[in-house]
Amino acid sequence: MNWRRILSSLTLHTALVVLCGLTLFPLLWMVSVSLMPADAAARWPPPLWPAHPTLAHYRLLFERLDVVRYAWNSALIAGSITLLSLLINSMAGYAFAKLRFAGRERLFGWLLAAMVIPSQAAMLPLFLILKSLGLVNTLGGVIVPGLASIFGIFLIRQHALTLPDSLLDAARIDGAGEFRIYWSLVLPLCRPVLVTLAMFTFMGSWNDFMWPLIILTSDERYTLPVALANLMGEHVQDVELMMAGAGLTVLPVVVLFLLLQRHYIEGLVLGSVKE
Amino acid sequence: MTRGVPVNPALAFIAPALILIGVFFFLPVLGALLLSFTDFDIYALGRLDRLRFVGLENYRRLLADPRFWTALKNTVHFVAVGGPLSVLVSLGAALLVNHRQVRYPGLFRTLLFLPVVTTLAAVAVVWRYLYHPRHGFLNYALGLLGFGPIDWLGDPDWAMPAIILMAVWKNFGFNMVVFIAGLQSIPRRLYEAAEIDGADGFSQFRYITLPMLGPTFLFVTIITLIGYFQLFAEPYLMTQGGPAESTLSVALLMFQEGFRWWNLGYAAAVAFVLFLIILAGAWLQSRWRGRRP
Repeated sequence: MNWRRILSSLTLHTALVVLCGLTLFPLLWMVSVSLMPADAAARWPPPLWPAHPTLAHYRLLFERLDVVRYAWNSALIAGSITLLSLLINSMAGYAFAKLRFAGRERLFGWLLAAMVIPSQAAMLPLFLILKSLGLVNTLGGVIVPGLASIFGIFLIRQHALTLPDSLLDAARIDGAGEFRIYWSLVLPLCRPVLVTLAMFTFMGSWNDFMWPLIILTSDERYTLPVALANLMGEHVQDVELMMAGAGLTVLPVVVLFLLLQRHYIEGLVLGSVKE
Repeated sequence: MTRGVPVNPALAFIAPALILIGVFFFLPVLGALLLSFTDFDIYALGRLDRLRFVGLENYRRLLADPRFWTALKNTVHFVAVGGPLSVLVSLGAALLVNHRQVRYPGLFRTLLFLPVVTTLAAVAVVWRYLYHPRHGFLNYALGLLGFGPIDWLGDPDWAMPAIILMAVWKNFGFNMVVFIAGLQSIPRRLYEAAEIDGADGFSQFRYITLPMLGPTFLFVTIITLIGYFQLFAEPYLMTQGGPAESTLSVALLMFQEGFRWWNLGYAAAVAFVLFLIILAGAWLQSRWRGRRP
């Protein structure tokens, strides 16, 4: 065996393990502290493990602090945006890839260029538009602006471009209508990219903070991240309780990511390495 | 019966998306420009006839507003330090994970990516306690290394570095994955040829890896630039812009002016200046990279 090779392999893996340890530490510490009894974390030296683990803070969140309501709001918003935007973006993405219409490439180019516009630039007038539609402080006010996304259209188009034209033409010759072709031929063939986009959209809406903070004004409509920020104001001293709240907030997205991480990372690569 | 020009079915496919993007994105962006020329405030919110056109008055006020310059300085600080730092950490992590000798690269990639998918509002809460001056873990770890405690979020000199550190932790995994994809698209034979010519690891990195990563670098820097200029949730959740406005960002200023004090006209001017800065930054980046071979 080559000693230099073993040594370099050892260095490499040590560096990776240390990096992973540092990266995961805040999340593991969050879980650990959330299981400590009240005030147990505010000690010196700060404890790493709960000496007497307890679920008291989770119980408090569920029974007294309405966490189920916020989780339900978050799930309803993220779920609706995901389902509806998947339909809307996949229709447009497929059309930009495979259907012919005047100005198609130019229009698509404009949409791509508009991706550098920060969403914050739109927020003040968007608030006024939604106010005039009566959507301020409703879940709809969070959902509606998220229903179509340029990135989603782009991702679907990249995948739809790889579908063979001959297949679509064969379906046309058999007399299938355009919507039928999209629904029963294109969508099943796009399943991998649809799963990816669904994950991106769900996690993006679940994690979104600024827009829900602006448009939702009363406590019972808050999403989990907004409710957590609000809770922080009243319970800033209750470290263990706040860690339990943070843990519950990240739990669904972390689990979803770990279950489907291959789709997620492949989609990210497809979306970033364009052309 | 309908006669005349048949409607292209493709329009029915793109119409829902285009209408939604038009009404809820392009229209508001245009609206922000118009709004920034008015004195739209809390009174106009109730009665629109109170609205007055004020020309460039909001922009004049903006340039004379010390809070705007503080916010701009802080945002540029965050972008100029946090951006390159995050790209460097991403590249370093990508080189490690992608190394030929690494076992289970997929596992390491997944673990290092995990902070990216977490909820910012939640991890900001976690980091607030990690940064706690008296019983935070970071000061404890520093103490073990022989450093005195730092009042991370309470000291105007340390608050922005603290926010940068957290943002790099939260974001580096994203660019790492993009870099790994870029690294894997470099043809293996380039390295084999270099090895035959006797090039060492560093020259291979300098003369093959870095130049071949050019397009990836461009993508990563533009995405990072656009994202980092929009700094909002980190200071909102961790410092509320303080202490002594040392973490007040342009987006946070826009939020406070627009949605706390309801100076929508003035806030729109702030938002529009932010937009122009991001546009100029992205344009400069792509030109600068584009000119290099």
